[in-house]
Amino acid sequence: MRAEALRKTYGTTRALDGVDLEIPAGTVLGLLGPNGAGKTTTVRVLTTLLRPDSGRAWVAGHDVLAEPDAVRRSIGLSGQYAAVDGHLTGYENLYLVGRLYGMSRADARSRSRALLDRFRLAADGDRPAKGYSGGMRRRLDLAGALIAEPAVVVLDEPTTGLDPRGRQETWDVISELVTDGATVLLTTQYLEEADRLADTIAVIDAGRVIARGSADELKAQIGGERLELVVADTAQLAVARAVLAEVGAAEPAVDEHLRRVSVAVDAGPKALIEVLRRFDALGEGEVAVLDIALHRPTLDDVFLTLTGHPAEERTDERTGDRTDGRAGDRAGGGGPAGPGAAR
Amino acid sequence: MLVKATRDSSVVAWRNLVTIRRNPDLLFGAVVNPIVFVLLFAYVFAGSLGGEGYRHFLVAGIFVQTVAFNSAFTTLGLTNDLTKGLIDRFRSLPMSRIAVMLGRTTSDLVVSAVTLVIMTGAGLVVGWRIQGSVTGAVLGYGLLLLFAFAMSWIGAWIGLLCRTVEVAQSAGLIWLFPVSFIASVFVSAQTLPGPLRAFAEWNPVSAVSDATRSLFGNPVQPPGIAPATGWVAEHAGLYAVLSSLAIVAVFMPLALARYRRVASR
Repeated sequence: MRAEALRKTYGTTRALDGVDLEIPAGTVLGLLGPNGAGKTTTVRVLTTLLRPDSGRAWVAGHDVLAEPDAVRRSIGLSGQYAAVDGHLTGYENLYLVGRLYGMSRADARSRSRALLDRFRLAADGDRPAKGYSGGMRRRLDLAGALIAEPAVVVLDEPTTGLDPRGRQETWDVISELVTDGATVLLTTQYLEEADRLADTIAVIDAGRVIARGSADELKAQIGGERLELVVADTAQLAVARAVLAEVGAAEPAVDEHLRRVSVAVDAGPKALIEVLRRFDALGEGEVAVLDIALHRPTLDDVFLTLTGHPAEERTDERTGDRTDGRAGDRAGGGGPAGPGAAR
Repeated sequence: MLVKATRDSSVVAWRNLVTIRRNPDLLFGAVVNPIVFVLLFAYVFAGSLGGEGYRHFLVAGIFVQTVAFNSAFTTLGLTNDLTKGLIDRFRSLPMSRIAVMLGRTTSDLVVSAVTLVIMTGAGLVVGWRIQGSVTGAVLGYGLLLLFAFAMSWIGAWIGLLCRTVEVAQSAGLIWLFPVSFIASVFVSAQTLPGPLRAFAEWNPVSAVSDATRSLFGNPVQPPGIAPATGWVAEHAGLYAVLSSLAIVAVFMPLALARYRRVASR
């Protein structure tokens, strides 16, 4: 799967501003970015749903613009919103998609049943899908993407909007898929998700790929973990900042409003002990630390490091109204514009 | 190509019909509204417009109006699929490009057929009868279904233009009021004032109504109104068939072009 210099403009908004991607067969690429970064637009171009203004793309060796039908035969798409017909049963949903891939009745039947089993939906397979939980709907949608055993699977934010349990179940299913050797393009807002599932991660912002590499390479680039502490009084911020500046791997960031100082650190636990030792040495009353913690990097940290600005949402892209889906960002302690909701 | 389109369309039509069967409230409007219309017009209007004779005139007109209004189901069905992301999924599949719309217009044709059976029952209850031959009756129902299919394609095109179900609910219906009322459905086109009369005379709804009345052996004008003249009135059957085919010829490509580039959200 390959994309070269994809561009797409909606009015004055550059949804895609020269996106290049390459996904070798049998590997998983995680396309990581905030809402409005261009993830869904990229997916729509690669799955023949949208024509780019310029640029080219190939999927399983077929040109997306010149041979859209060959591309459609090679891909399975599971979109950001589970495209499930609530009035049909789980089985009927899969059978429908199977038939529309051109499978015979018998093949569509047996394959639908097999996938219901595999995705732990067999017990509910003959119930209308409108009674399914969010996680079940996602799994059903995912099963639909796999019914024709496509060479390339495209998963657009497969866990956005799911509760932690639903997310875990979906991850398990995707992990299995990955071990089966499919080529996968996965978009996500969660670094943790990309980290878990992808071989390579491409970070996208404002329609451009701003970084790519393995999860480890990216983490190394952003300095791994962050140390965060909250002090009792704004007046103590300067002292706290000075301490963190000595221990940290980069300039500390200060949030006066939250009385919080944070800094990227190389060796998390070691740095934490060192900071505590220094505060201890300063003596009682000098700095009252209300909270101190190590955080694994979040998408916001990645963005802060790579772009110098937090992961801002652009609401003008067609990814729509997502605020509900972000509550489970468990990796986060919340960066500056953080998704909040550290558990 | 044609085989694939037929096959994929029948798969989509199957899915639509399963959906309707599981959710019969969808049919409520298609069945109850026309019955109310038949009863209302047959008893409220018939008194001043010519009694028994008016009922014989009226019923075929209401058949035509009803199948025309069924195109609103096509609109709603497609907008619904669009907003739920199902159209995106369909567009990412290696299926025939026409199948989503052709499947929908086909399943809505089945809805129209069911509606016609129920309306025929309602018509018989208020005293309407088919007064012509069996062949005429069969051709009459055939013409009604052809017209239903044609109107459904206008509904399909509108459905793919709507961004929300709420918009589809009004957009799917609003155009049908002038189209079905400025016609010889409830009254004679002859009694309308100037420009409305010209519109009504050339309105396919009038032609289909008049042609169906002829085929059913029913009066083509309400009692006391002189027969219409002019090319359309004299060739109502031919014009009804040709205008139905013309509607399909125009709106099928329009809907298809819209489908190819429609963005769900």
